[in-house]
Amino acid sequence: MAAPAVKQDPLEARLSTLSAPKGAAWAEEARAEARSRLAASGLPGRRDEYWKFTDPTSLNQPDAPRAAVFATDEAMPFSDVDRLKIVFVDGVFDAEASDDLSMAGVEIERLSDALNRDIHWARDLFGVLEERGQTPVVRPHAALNTAFASDGIVIHATGRAPKPISLIYLHKSEASDAMLHHLVKVEPGAEVTVLENGPAAARFSKVTEVEVADTGRFHHVRAQGRDHERRASTHMFARLGANATYKSFTLTVNGVLTRNEQVVELVGDDSTVHIAGAAVGDAAYGAFHHDDTVFVTHDAVNCESRQVFKKVMRNGAEGVFQGKILVKPDAQKTDGYQISQSLLLDDDSVFQAKPELEIYADDVQCSHGSTTGAIDEDALFYLRSRGVPEDIATDLMVLAFLAEAIEEIEDEGLRADILARLQGWLDRRRG
Amino acid sequence: MLEIKNLHVSLEEEDKQILKGVDLTVEAGKVHAIMGPNGSGKSTLSYVLSGKGGYDVTEGEALLAGENLLDMDPEDRAAAGVFLAFQYPVEIPGVGNMTFLRTAVNAQRKARGEEEMSAAEFLKVVREKAKTLKIDAEMLKRPVNVGFSGGEKKRNEILQMAMLEPKMCILDETDSGLDVDAMKLVADGVNALRSPDRGFLVITHYQRLLDHIQPDVVHIMAGGRIIKTGGPELALEVEKNGYADLMAEGV
Ligand SMILES: Nc1ncnc2c1ncn2[C@@H]1O[C@H](COP(=O)(O)OP(=O)(O)O)[C@@H](O)[C@H]1O
Ligand SMILES: [Mg+2]
Repeated sequence: MAAPAVKQDPLEARLSTLSAPKGAAWAEEARAEARSRLAASGLPGRRDEYWKFTDPTSLNQPDAPRAAVFATDEAMPFSDVDRLKIVFVDGVFDAEASDDLSMAGVEIERLSDALNRDIHWARDLFGVLEERGQTPVVRPHAALNTAFASDGIVIHATGRAPKPISLIYLHKSEASDAMLHHLVKVEPGAEVTVLENGPAAARFSKVTEVEVADTGRFHHVRAQGRDHERRASTHMFARLGANATYKSFTLTVNGVLTRNEQVVELVGDDSTVHIAGAAVGDAAYGAFHHDDTVFVTHDAVNCESRQVFKKVMRNGAEGVFQGKILVKPDAQKTDGYQISQSLLLDDDSVFQAKPELEIYADDVQCSHGSTTGAIDEDALFYLRSRGVPEDIATDLMVLAFLAEAIEEIEDEGLRADILARLQGWLDRRRG
Repeated sequence: MLEIKNLHVSLEEEDKQILKGVDLTVEAGKVHAIMGPNGSGKSTLSYVLSGKGGYDVTEGEALLAGENLLDMDPEDRAAAGVFLAFQYPVEIPGVGNMTFLRTAVNAQRKARGEEEMSAAEFLKVVREKAKTLKIDAEMLKRPVNVGFSGGEKKRNEILQMAMLEPKMCILDETDSGLDVDAMKLVADGVNALRSPDRGFLVITHYQRLLDHIQPDVVHIMAGGRIIKTGGPELALEVEKNGYADLMAEGV
């Protein structure tokens, strides 16, 4: 069934600027299927329920709106972390700037290499989780990515990776329109940490598909930023086997438009998924719109899921949270938790939240909460009465507010790194 | 040290006058006590002196060592030497007690153009002072006042006062909710800070705190005014006869 005509035109316009990458037959087939999904759904419009709070126009349009490259002498996140660096410049892998891709416990390849091979395990993952993630809600930008992204990284964790794999996205061209597609497969008992940072491009589309087998563990820590004018639409699709772990944290600082979607399916018993985000936006530097859209499906017994999202906004910044926990009939003993909170530092900033629970099993424990609040004036006065200047006192309270999300980062070193980055940003902002 | 002249204060939100002409001077080295029934305006006076929002000063002034306090931001008043031990210390989840204290100490030093305290030096000093107030290391690590008992909160106020070494200490009902032992600790903490160049304004509802912190001057406040001023014997009189007689006299 074709999409209603009103949506078709923007899609045609968009497609006219893109060309399908070449690859092995199975890869081209997967891309063709993604194009069919996209043709069926069309690009999202403002009238779509799922895009009620975020305007997709600039993500849909054929050419990326220009974004000035943000120059800073700040240390990049994770600079002090011992890691394997993989660098992309405006969405293109930079072998020279990257470390050697070999490391114990993991096999790392470039996506284009994997997709050129006639026989490759990626066949069972590329576009597969993205497709599963299209029901019950369509995610057209993810299908577009599968159909047209030619670069990315493919990670096969077969053991315990000795250090994190750090994906660094540099933005150098004002007009860059980048698409990356990553695949991560974590074998039983294996464990890998993926770090991501950098603005990536003027407009950035990124899909990561993560398959975690029984007893596998996947960790993800991301620092998005720092360019004020960049736009990003990212998707993480994950599927977990039994006794598996998926933990993802994202810090977002600035960005005219960011939509981060996470779609996680728990299909094996006793698994754990934690998804957290801390966003700080100041629209004094240009518009700030940040959207976290999360969909967790419990389809197994005794799994735990946590969603912890905190946003601090000022000067007319906009925050959105759409989070859902779906508990299927057989997913007994589900423990689901979801919290989304915003701290608005003035009356111009807004937070819109749509928390949802849909539960078909009877023996479950699920809770969700969403709050919007201003700074606690009594606490602020208490701090100031001790001599702490108002801006520093505010920052102390901002950090306190974000703490619950940041504490979701399991690794102490990475947690300290994210905190230092946030602290640095707050300090700089005060000047 | 502190001069309050004809201070009139109303609430910003409603047109309600709370302080109706307060005159009070606290000399350096002296302890002044303010006693008075509930609702007489004692806390309001302490808040207005430390710079809390929500109040309009319609008349009068307040000077600290000759400097006009009322135009300053709360943090500048603190750096200038004003300290208020709150009647109800505020809980601040997520902000560590130590982080808060060190930030405060160093912010004040910076504002005064003094050198900041190093982490090591701060730790040493704070541990020493905490020990004399029987505040354990665990309490220092917790978020500001979160999960503290009433007595712990009040001791924490005195610890902050000891660390910040203010010129003018205002204590608002620091004795309320304290048992005898805790009161003794708090009083010892305050007495340890008494010095020829520091003034104290001790607000209390009861005379018993003044057994431990000997005041030089006692004021009785009622209906937003100081209605009587005297020596320590005035506190004993209140203890015996209550406020009724004094208020009748004052009118
Ligand atoms: N923020 C406020 N809103 C409304 N009423 C207030 C406020 N602050 C003080 N008041 C009123 O002002 C009067 C004095 O209060 P307060 O200063 O707390 O007295 P005290 O400390 O002597 O008990 C009381 O009648 C109290 O209800
Ligand atoms: Mg009071």
